[in-house]
Amino acid sequence: MITSEATKERIQIPLAEKTLSAERIAYLEGLVSQARIAAAVFTQFTQEDVDRIVKPMVLAGLEQAQYLARLAVEETRLGVMEDKVIKNMVASEFVYNYIKDRRTVGVIREIPERNLIEMAEPIGVLFSLTPVTNPTSTVLFKCIVAIKTRNAVIFSPHPKAWKCCSEAVRIMYETALRHGAPEGVFACLDTPTLQDNAYLMHHKDIGLIDATGGPGVVKAAYSSGKPALGVGAGNTPVYLEKSADLNTAVVDIIVSKTFDNGTICASEQTVAIDDEIYDAALQKFSDLGAHICSQKETKLLECTVIDPQTGFMQPMAVGQKAIDIARFVGLQVKPGTKLLIAPIQGVGRDHPLSVEKLFPVLAVYRAKSTSEALQVCMDVNHAGGLGHTGVIFSRNDEIIRKFGEVINAGRIIVNSPGAIGALGAVYNDLVPTFSFGCGTGGGNSTTDNVNIYHYLNIKRLARRTQNHMWFRVPNQIYFNMNAVENLGQFPSRTTVIVTNPVLEQIGHVDLVRRHICPKTHVHVTVIPDAEPEVKVINDAVETLKFYKADQIIALGGGAVIDAAKIMKLKYESPEADLEYLAAPFLDLRKRVVEYPKDKVNLARLIAIPTTSGTGSEVTPFAVLTDKQRGRKVTLADYSLTPDVAIVDPQFVMSMPKGLTADTGIDCLTHALEAGVSNYASPYTDSNAMQAIRLAFKYLPIAFEHPQDEEARCMMHNAACIAAMAFSNASVGVNHALAHSLGARFGIAHGRANALLLPHVIAYNAAVPAKFMPSPFSQGYIAHKKYAMVADLLNLGGRTVEEKVAKLIEAIEQLLDHLAFPRSIAELGISKEEFEKAMPELVKNAFDDPSWRSNPRMPLMTEMVELFWKGYQGRGAAKPAEKPELQTV
Amino acid sequence: MATITVFLSVDEPHAASALQQATGRIEGESGELVVDFSTVRRIDASGLRALEQFANAADAKAVKVVLRGVNVNLYKTLKLVKLAHRFSFAKHSEGS
Repeated sequence: MITSEATKERIQIPLAEKTLSAERIAYLEGLVSQARIAAAVFTQFTQEDVDRIVKPMVLAGLEQAQYLARLAVEETRLGVMEDKVIKNMVASEFVYNYIKDRRTVGVIREIPERNLIEMAEPIGVLFSLTPVTNPTSTVLFKCIVAIKTRNAVIFSPHPKAWKCCSEAVRIMYETALRHGAPEGVFACLDTPTLQDNAYLMHHKDIGLIDATGGPGVVKAAYSSGKPALGVGAGNTPVYLEKSADLNTAVVDIIVSKTFDNGTICASEQTVAIDDEIYDAALQKFSDLGAHICSQKETKLLECTVIDPQTGFMQPMAVGQKAIDIARFVGLQVKPGTKLLIAPIQGVGRDHPLSVEKLFPVLAVYRAKSTSEALQVCMDVNHAGGLGHTGVIFSRNDEIIRKFGEVINAGRIIVNSPGAIGALGAVYNDLVPTFSFGCGTGGGNSTTDNVNIYHYLNIKRLARRTQNHMWFRVPNQIYFNMNAVENLGQFPSRTTVIVTNPVLEQIGHVDLVRRHICPKTHVHVTVIPDAEPEVKVINDAVETLKFYKADQIIALGGGAVIDAAKIMKLKYESPEADLEYLAAPFLDLRKRVVEYPKDKVNLARLIAIPTTSGTGSEVTPFAVLTDKQRGRKVTLADYSLTPDVAIVDPQFVMSMPKGLTADTGIDCLTHALEAGVSNYASPYTDSNAMQAIRLAFKYLPIAFEHPQDEEARCMMHNAACIAAMAFSNASVGVNHALAHSLGARFGIAHGRANALLLPHVIAYNAAVPAKFMPSPFSQGYIAHKKYAMVADLLNLGGRTVEEKVAKLIEAIEQLLDHLAFPRSIAELGISKEEFEKAMPELVKNAFDDPSWRSNPRMPLMTEMVELFWKGYQGRGAAKPAEKPELQTV
Repeated sequence: MATITVFLSVDEPHAASALQQATGRIEGESGELVVDFSTVRRIDASGLRALEQFANAADAKAVKVVLRGVNVNLYKTLKLVKLAHRFSFAKHSEGS
């Protein structure tokens, strides 16, 4: 015996060890040791090995069904022999029919669409307590299920059913052994006692307690601290509703309540009958062999079959025939009486027969209404039947569903016998079982019909799922000089041009007007503020409504185009709540907030950018300034993307130098952040890299020579191309920090980006303190991406680190060339003021969704460091230590 | 250090008896004993008992036992009966 470790490691056994003799403990340890070895050996078996054992066991159960039923009735003096034969056969044949083709070894289920594989792991050793009411059928069921799942079982039968149960265990064990099962796979306690049970329930080598029996047994199982399937008492309410097929219902109830003399705990206990059919129902019961008790007889029954002290059924009545109970109580009944029916006027301690009665006595209640009937059923359900079984007979689907809603039961049996219906696979497609899970209402861990899957640890092999990605841009983009002429191809009845005052003054609006389809009514809405607020947008929406606009032309920089996107949203979905839609999210596809889906496309949105930076003409983003809170609100949804983008450089030829620099660096930041984003893909990379190349080449020229058409054109294209990249790969922590910084100190967006950009590159190129979880990325590659950019720009450097350093150097030179301030301090913000603002800066930056796609997860302390580096200024940015990472 | 190698070239029906024979060979040996399990696909309860006795005998004589070529299913079984820690394990190509 391999017992040494088991003995050594055995945990403290409360109570039982003190009352058990050393010999008894050695006996119990021997059983556990043997079962543990058997379970260990069993793990080596294949599905085919197991199935080869199960089938002969089932056949043995069928062959011995009558023998075991006879033994059970002789020993327990409960139930009906013929019914016990049926139960033994159901426990064998019906259970086998359910399990025979199911896999219980190795891979048991593959779910390719979810990249999941479920695999079976046996539990090991089960300690199984079996009841006196259904003794041999429960043993047959548990043995078959245990072998199918490669578990060993130690049985502790109810002492009053030990002989028949141990015989059932023997038959199953010997059959299993003959067909290859491991030695010691089943054992049965020789003389089970409460002390034995307590000892085994606490034994460390018992993997699961499977307790079928009374409330005491179940409570003991759950109190042991072991995983347990505790399946105990019920109190099945029945609603016999007026629309029911009365003939079927009455027969079904009699079948069920008299089956094995009512010993199945799912059998009917109290029937609430609608007033309209009450008398007819009782007459049918009477016609079919039930005795309807008078008030006096009911009182006699109450005193005799229910213990007045405890309120529970008297054990002497359990499983007895109706006629014997009647005789014992002193009722005069016809010969052959099958069932005693006792009318009751309520539920609870004042109505003793409303409790569980595992014998053929059925309480009935005349209900004046559906509500009353449902209430009575709920009362019964709560009087000891929670989680177990409920039964309804009705043709009214609404009432059936209502019953299912209000009754707390693992099984709601409809228009069929409760007891046999709950067993499953006979009257319905429930899983066949001899253990009814009663959920938390019954103090159980499951509401299921217990079967093979409860005897397994099911492992889930979850493969990495490569989520699908996307590349979404407007389906029409017109670019290069005079692209605005394409406006003529879009028919419109009423067009509203949204723009800002300057663009109207310098003639851009007129230029646009000239190319709009003839006969179009054109109205111009001038947005006074560079970054409009909600009120401004709402006013503009009123204009759209007033003119019933079917086309919106957004002519302006990012702010104007963003405003137009939100105007369109509010125009088409007036109920859209911008604050709500701006709610934080982690993954665009899984976010809580949903944008309006069923909106009518009232107006075409054509975006004509007049700066070369934001790329708002192709993005699904819109940023609003929330002046009250001093922050920017970002809306993000592909429904915001303009329908058409016209990227015509003639609208940027007059951009001032400062704006050229600010927007140009915004474009470069977009491309760099999209390039290293966790959402980057070959599609976005191609755009990001091209935009970086164009920006590095043409931004200095556009800055120095504003009238250089080629430079302006290429920077305009670069901004749009970069935006296509970040529309799909998103941006990163640079933008999160810049949004916060810009909103707090009124710094232009591009400038805020520029102040942080070199520091963020150095930060992202270093070994992250915290990696960002991302199913899209394979290894950490941000530093290599930056090196790739350096190569693209021919910056030199041999190693990745050198290349990153060269890139930072080149960006700092570019920023100097564009005359950007070198630090936040240079903007005149005092150190004290900056320090005071820091908590708010960090909070708002962390709330900003932009960083969610950053390759490195920014910790709040790191955000503080980045802000301070920006404050101190350029030259502080150096690539950190060499990333020693496995990269692609 | 004297090293002997006992080969178990049979499947589980004879594993127990082979182990009992190996247990006998521990008498008078010292050092390391290598037992080849590479042909043992599966072990039964009697085999496990024999293996425990083998481990006990080896412990008593301070002989180190190396099990070679133990397949993963068998290794899992040894873990479950808490025998694995009593042996060293070597791949098939090592230990001789």
